[in-house]
This record gives sequence, C-alpha cells and structure tokens, in this order.
Amino acid sequence: MVESRLTRVLLRLGAGATLAFIYFPLFVIAIYAFNENISQTWPIEHYTTKWFGVAWRDENVRDALLLSVKAALGATAIALVLGTLAALAVSRYRFFGKETISFLVILPIALPGIITGLALQATILNVLDPIGISFSIWTIIIGHATFCIVVVYNNAVARSRRIGGSLQEASMDLGADAWQTFRFVTFPQLRTALLAAALLAFALSFDEVVVTIFTSGAQQTLPIWIFTNFGRPRELPIVNVVALFVIFASIIPVWIAQRIAGGGLATERPGKGAVAAAIDAEP
Amino acid sequence: MKGRKARVARWAVFGLLVAALSVVAAGCGGGDEEGASTQIEGLGSTIEEIQANARDEGQTNLVIWGGYADKSWADQFTQETGCKVNTKDGAGSDDMVDLMATGAWDGVSASGDATLRLIAKGDVAPINFDLTPNYADVFPGLKDQPYNTVDGVGYGVPHGRGPNFMVFRNDIVPAGTDSWAPIWDGSYPNKLSIYDSQNFIADAAVYLKATQPDLNITNPYELDDTQFQAAVDLLKQQRPNIGKYWDGVTYADQVTTFKSGETVVGTTWPYQVNLMAAEKPPLKVTAIKPKEGTTGWSDTWMIYSKAAHPNCMYLWMNYIISPEANAKVAEYFGEAPSNEKACALTADANHCATYHADDEAWWEDIYYWSTPQADCGDDRGEVCKTYEDWRAAWTEVKG
Amino acid sequence: MTSVPQAEPPPRGSPGRRLSTFLFRHDRIRLGGLLAGPLGWLVVIYLGSLFLLLLASLWDTEPFTSEVVHNWTLDNFKRIFEEPVYRDVAWRTVSMAVYVTIADAVLAFPVAYYMARVASPRTRNILVVAVLTPLWASYLVKAYVWRTMLGEEGIINWLLAPFGLELQGKSSLGLWLSFTYLWLPFMILPIYAGLERIPHSLLEASADLGGRSLRTFLRVTLPLVFPAVVAGSIFTFSLTLGDYILPTLIADEQFIGTVIYTDRGSNLPVAAAFAMVPIAVMTLYLFVAKRLGAFESL
Repeated sequence: MVESRLTRVLLRLGAGATLAFIYFPLFVIAIYAFNENISQTWPIEHYTTKWFGVAWRDENVRDALLLSVKAALGATAIALVLGTLAALAVSRYRFFGKETISFLVILPIALPGIITGLALQATILNVLDPIGISFSIWTIIIGHATFCIVVVYNNAVARSRRIGGSLQEASMDLGADAWQTFRFVTFPQLRTALLAAALLAFALSFDEVVVTIFTSGAQQTLPIWIFTNFGRPRELPIVNVVALFVIFASIIPVWIAQRIAGGGLATERPGKGAVAAAIDAEP
Repeated sequence: MKGRKARVARWAVFGLLVAALSVVAAGCGGGDEEGASTQIEGLGSTIEEIQANARDEGQTNLVIWGGYADKSWADQFTQETGCKVNTKDGAGSDDMVDLMATGAWDGVSASGDATLRLIAKGDVAPINFDLTPNYADVFPGLKDQPYNTVDGVGYGVPHGRGPNFMVFRNDIVPAGTDSWAPIWDGSYPNKLSIYDSQNFIADAAVYLKATQPDLNITNPYELDDTQFQAAVDLLKQQRPNIGKYWDGVTYADQVTTFKSGETVVGTTWPYQVNLMAAEKPPLKVTAIKPKEGTTGWSDTWMIYSKAAHPNCMYLWMNYIISPEANAKVAEYFGEAPSNEKACALTADANHCATYHADDEAWWEDIYYWSTPQADCGDDRGEVCKTYEDWRAAWTEVKG
Repeated sequence: MTSVPQAEPPPRGSPGRRLSTFLFRHDRIRLGGLLAGPLGWLVVIYLGSLFLLLLASLWDTEPFTSEVVHNWTLDNFKRIFEEPVYRDVAWRTVSMAVYVTIADAVLAFPVAYYMARVASPRTRNILVVAVLTPLWASYLVKAYVWRTMLGEEGIINWLLAPFGLELQGKSSLGLWLSFTYLWLPFMILPIYAGLERIPHSLLEASADLGGRSLRTFLRVTLPLVFPAVVAGSIFTFSLTLGDYILPTLIADEQFIGTVIYTDRGSNLPVAAAFAMVPIAVMTLYLFVAKRLGAFESL
C-alpha cells in the first residue's frame, strides 16, 4: 500500500462522511412521508401511513404517474434507436466531424436545462404548433429523447469499441447479409449495454422536470405534479409521499442496470475505468 | 478523408443545416388573425349544446391564483358537468400572460395588469354573456370596467376583488400600526415579506402619494419619469431589508416565515391571512388596509381565444360566479364576491360586510392592479412609463 | 456468449441481400444511413431550436403586449452588457458555480480516492453503486428536501441550535450547500475513474523514491487526475450556471436562470440574449476543458 495508515483512516472517514452527506436528505424525505402534520417543521410530532393511501387515491397523481411512464418509454425507445445508430457510426468508422458528433450528442445535457427548454418551447410554438403538433405527450417525448440519446450513445460506443468489428466481418465473410449480421452478431453483443442504457434513459426521463416544464403545456408528469403542488399547503403531505416514490422509481431502474452491467456502470458521463470494469465484469 | 469525399461530406452537413434553418424560418411566418368575435372553435351556441359538448371535452385547464379552484367546489363542478379541473397557480400576472401565450390553457383568472395585455394580444375572446346566465347577478360596480371591457365589449366574467393587506406580527410590531411606514422606513431590517412582481412599484407609488404630495401622484399606475424614479429609489432603499419575497406560487411560505418570525411585516393577500388564522395555534398577526390606501385586484375569468375545451371553460365561468360557488371561493380566499346573491350564502353571514362587497367608498383608495401604459390618460400626454419599463426596473431593483 | 444460430443465407438475388451487399461496398452511404437519423434529429430539432433562440435575441418586442416583433436589433445585447444588473447577476451566478465546483471537488476526492485505491474490490463495487444511485434520485425531490431542511424550523437549524448557530433563513450559504449536494455525484465518478486509471506502479515508484503520502499525492497523483477533475467540473459548473429552480426555492437573489425564466414571456428577446451568456461561457469552458484533456475522462 502506497498510502500511509493515517491517510487510509482519514480517507475512510472522509468517504463515510461524504456518503452520509449524500444519503442524509434522502432519509429526511423518507421520514417526512410519514409525517402526519401538514406543516413541515422539525422535529416531527406524529407519524402515520395514511398519506400513502391518499396519494394513491388522488386521480391527478395517478394520471401524472401514467404520463411519466408513457413519456419515459417513448423517449427511451427513440433514444435507443438514435443512440445506437450514432454509436455504431462513431465506433466503426473514421470520418470527418467524428468528434463533433460526440460534442453534439452531449450538448443537450451539457447546456443548462432552461436553455434547452426555452429553445424547444420556441420550436414547439413557432414550428410544431402551426403544423399541428401542439403540446402533448409527443412534445414531452421529443424533449426527453433529445437528451436521452447521449445516455444510450455513451454506453453503446463503449461496448461497441470493446467488441470491435472483426466478428461482424467474419459473419459477412461466412455469407450473412447486413441484417442477419446485426440480428445474430452485433445486437447480442450490445444487448446488455443497451438494456442498461435503456434503464438509465428511463430513469433520466422519469425524473426530468426543467425541460419538461417548457415542453408539456398543461400536461403533468409526476415531477411536474410535484412542482405544481409543493406550494399548495393542503397538498404537502401527498407531495412528500410522491417524492419518496419518485426517488425509488428513479433508483430501482438504475440499480437493476448496475446488476446487468456488472460491478461498474457506464452512466451518461462514464469514466473509462467504470466502463471498462463494466465490460470486464460481464459474463 | 480526402478531396472529393471531404467536399461531399461538407456539403451534406451544410445541406442539413440549411434544411434545419428552412424549417425554422418557415415557422417564423406571420402571426394569426385577431378576431373580436365571441365565437370560439368548438363552442356550442346554446347552453344545452355547451353542456353536451362539455361531456365530450371532459376537462378544462386553468391558470389561476392559488386557492381559486379548491377541491371543495371544483369537485362539485366536475360532478355536475363531467369536466375535470386541472389548474396551475400563476406566480404573478406576468407568469399568467406567459402561460396563456403558450396556448395550452383554456382560461385564466386575470387581474387588471394582465387583462388588457391579453386582450391586446388577442389571446382572450369576448364573452357571450347569454351563455353565462349568472352574470346577470354580478355587482354593477364590477361590470363594464376599464380592465375587463374594451370599446363596450366585455372580455370576462368578474370573479371577485380584494385588497393587498399589510400584515404584521402584532407582538413585534406595535398593535395599533395603521400606516405602511414600517415597511419603508427601515424599522425592521431583513424582516420584510414583499410581493415579488413589478406591480409592487405601484405600492411604492401609493406610499409616495401620501408622504410626498409634491410629486403629484394621482394614479399609482400612471407614473411619469420623476414619479417613477422616486418610486424606484424608494424600492432600492427597501431592498436590503427584505427577508423573503413571495409570489403566487410560494405564497404559503408566508405562513411559515411569519410563524417563525423570519419575517414580521409585509404585504399579503387575505388568503394567507386565513391560512395564518387556521394554524394551530393561530398566528399572532393583524392584517389592515393602511391609511395611505393600498393596491388591490379585481379578477376576471377570461377564456383563451383558441381554447381546446371552450365548453367546459364556459361552464366553469358560469359556475364560479354562481351564488354557491362564488360564496365558497370568496370565503375561502377572503375576498369580496362578485355575485350579489352570494352574500346570502356565505357561512359567515357578515362576510360581505366584512369584505365591503357592496361598499364602493371603501374601494376608492384601493388601486386595482392595472397595466401601465405610455398614455397617462390625463393632460400629461404619453409620458408615462410603460409595462416594459416597469419590468426592467423591477429586475434592476431586485439586483 | 450465445452461439450464433445456424441460418441459411438468403438467396443471392433477394432485395434484402442486394441492398445489404450494396451497403457493404459503399460504406460511406452506410455511414450516412447510420448517421442520418441521430444527426438529423439533433441538428434539426436541437440546433434548430437553439438557432430560433438566437434569432429571438436579435429581435424586438412590442412594449405593451410583449409580442416578438421581427425587427432586427442589437439592443438586447446592448442592454445586457450595459445595464449593471445583468452584470451583477452573471457575476453572482458564475461565482456560485465556482464555489460549488471547488466544494464538490474537495468533497469528492476522499470518496473517489478511497474507492479507487484503498477499498477492496468488493467494497468498491458496493461503493460505486452507493454513489451512483442517489445521482439518479430526482433533482426536484432533492431540491425540495433542501428547501424543507433549510427552513427556519427545519432540520439544519435544529442541528445547529445546540451550537448556538443559525442559518439565516434563505441565504446564499444554503444555496451553496444545496448546489454542492446536488452535483456531488457528478464529480465523484470522473475523479474515481481518473484515479483508477493511474497505474499502481507509478505510485509505488514514487514511494520507493522516498515520496511520502502527501508528496506523492501532490506531485504524482494530482497532475494525473486533474483532467478528470476538469471533466467533473464541466457538469458542476454548467448545472449551477443555468439552474433556476433552486435559487427560487432557497435564495432570494436573481441568478442567470431565474432572470431568463422571468423574462421568458414578457421579454423573450432579452431573455434569449441573456441565455447566450451561459451558452458562450459553457462553450468556452468545454473548449478549455478539451485542451486540458477532460474529454478523455468523460
């Protein structure tokens, strides 16, 4: 070990403290979900589970949940297709503007959400609305898909680079055409990476609020429901419950994606080490 | 990549960009025709037709002031008409106008600083009052007002009106306070709770009207250069003392900040006063209309000119000014109802008296939110500050 | 690895096969086909939208209705450069972004270092999962939780009370804490990856040559991991720069995002012009980051 014992102890403490810092607020919201009182002061006086039932029976909450799920599925589907296409292009070919593709793909996430949102709203109002596509689940999906592409792209590129092109060539040499090669050779190799990416994209879309505010019109996804209602005194307890639910709904797909990809995981901003670990760990 | 292939690739990228730009440019074409007709696409022409159409529509999307569509009366509306009520609280009149501009909302409860702009933009349609029979019972003092009627054409149904109270902790600020002075003279540094919108400039003007008569301010929304500058200077002086701003979305925070003493004096709506009184134990606050007068609002329900659910919206407009619903919202929010018959139905028999529903004299020093325009409306001519000036100044004041 | 199922190649002349052969021979067209979809989407929808925003920033508004009028003008840019409030807001936002980035880098390092170099592989896997999952646990919910915690009668004050301290209502300090919290996982991961990439032999060599922990850290580790820190900072910086929800919830000061949001309808051209500021800043930042090698660490 290069590091001295003291260093290691300090590091362990520091890491622990940071992790506690990360998880503390999540526990707080979990606790608040059981708060009986409408006001949000601390410490909490009475605990109850009744708000879970109230939240479930609330029609607006259920509608928002359904909309969130549908939009996330749509966005993930589009992102899967577009991201894989782009990834295959970038990892297999050398061409003019290759680096620009990476830059372009990451731009929707790198630029602040309000700018993406405002820009997309301008497009919806000035271009899409006149041709008949007004605010609807489709505008939400368009917005989400745009920044979910990068999630799929990064995962697919990493995996695609790893597996290389020789198997594809071998397949073609043996007489398979392009579609067969994709179906029987390329896709199985990409499959787990794409599945992990799809789960990440789903979580990303499910949770997104800033861009969605601009692309949703009068619709409410679950985060928008939270945003609309956190200022309404009578709704606060339900908001706490919904918030807790959203946390789990975002975490669970990611956790599953972790298991699929092995120990490490490529996020939309992967470290190469994490990615390599992911691929190495895959059976 | 060499020579020909490089050129081909470059042209391809260029071509893509041009395609993108043409799509964009195509969308930047002309605007829509503005119509001053009560006809909205899809709207029935008789009440029966509207009720039938509404069942098909199934919902209406409203931009409201917080508390205007509480479940206690909205749910009944849904039961009676089959229209679900989806709402969004506007942060302020600005926000409401912006939201209406997206075209996603059917209607709005607009205050006077939003109504004229909405009308001028063509975003709201005139109302066919035959289709809203409850309009007949609205207080005459709310009909045909400059903020909801243009050239004799009515653009909305009056919802109700109220003042912006001054609220203070009566155990910290002297209980007998009757003037706005505490929020302007720096007595409570860092403890002010102020409404975050450019129409608060009018509140500064109201105070200056009383304390600096040589400025000759008659209407706090018609401010010429000197008057405006004085108001802005006063606001800049106040800025460091602000403990927390509030707006149409964060209004409920006032209950928390006054409870904890984080803020001890400021402006408020009667709604928050009701919320504070409903706390257990009730907050030790007093709400008054100070002697200098105050700003206020008289709200009007307006329908988007291309509303997606015009029938449900018409039914809602008629419903919210019906005696029963109007009584409920007036008590819940704490305002003077617009329907005369609502006064008999309030749970508190004295509600209308307490809120001066029929007492026009009381409203004389309440300056409803209005849209500032260049035309001062008097012999000064067109030298008054415009809405845009107010917007820019407010951003500057907040710093 | 699944075995490739035995399949009969399609007959020679079938259209699918012909197309496939054509594509195989003309790989540029194949490339074009692959790229058409994603590139078309991003350029037309995304860049097109940004372009619309740029156009809006060069237009004017009708003062009463706030309708965008298609008169070309540079007044909007003139305004954001000349009026002091926009400078103040921009400066405040950029400063906050810097403080948040620094705080995140400092907080991220112990965890990342522990994960990369000290923890056993099993612990490391658990930790990676542990760090990653909150990253995805809903920005809005976290913002809302911090708002609740920072309230006058919230948890933070309750914790500080025994020490006689108090977080003054909604303040920049609370905002800084919240931002630091929100973006922390974005900083941990690249630093972890960067640290992991450093060959152990390098650090051993440094130790052999007499370098103690701190010296090795400063002279060997830090320079090697610096691009990764820059990579993480891209996100902490960018996310703080454009955020408008958190400042509204927690502080009462105007940030770039809040100004753009309030002006978005009443004066879209000015909002759009002001939006060019974070775009320009981030483009510059990305450019510098690329030079420093951060893109390799992404």
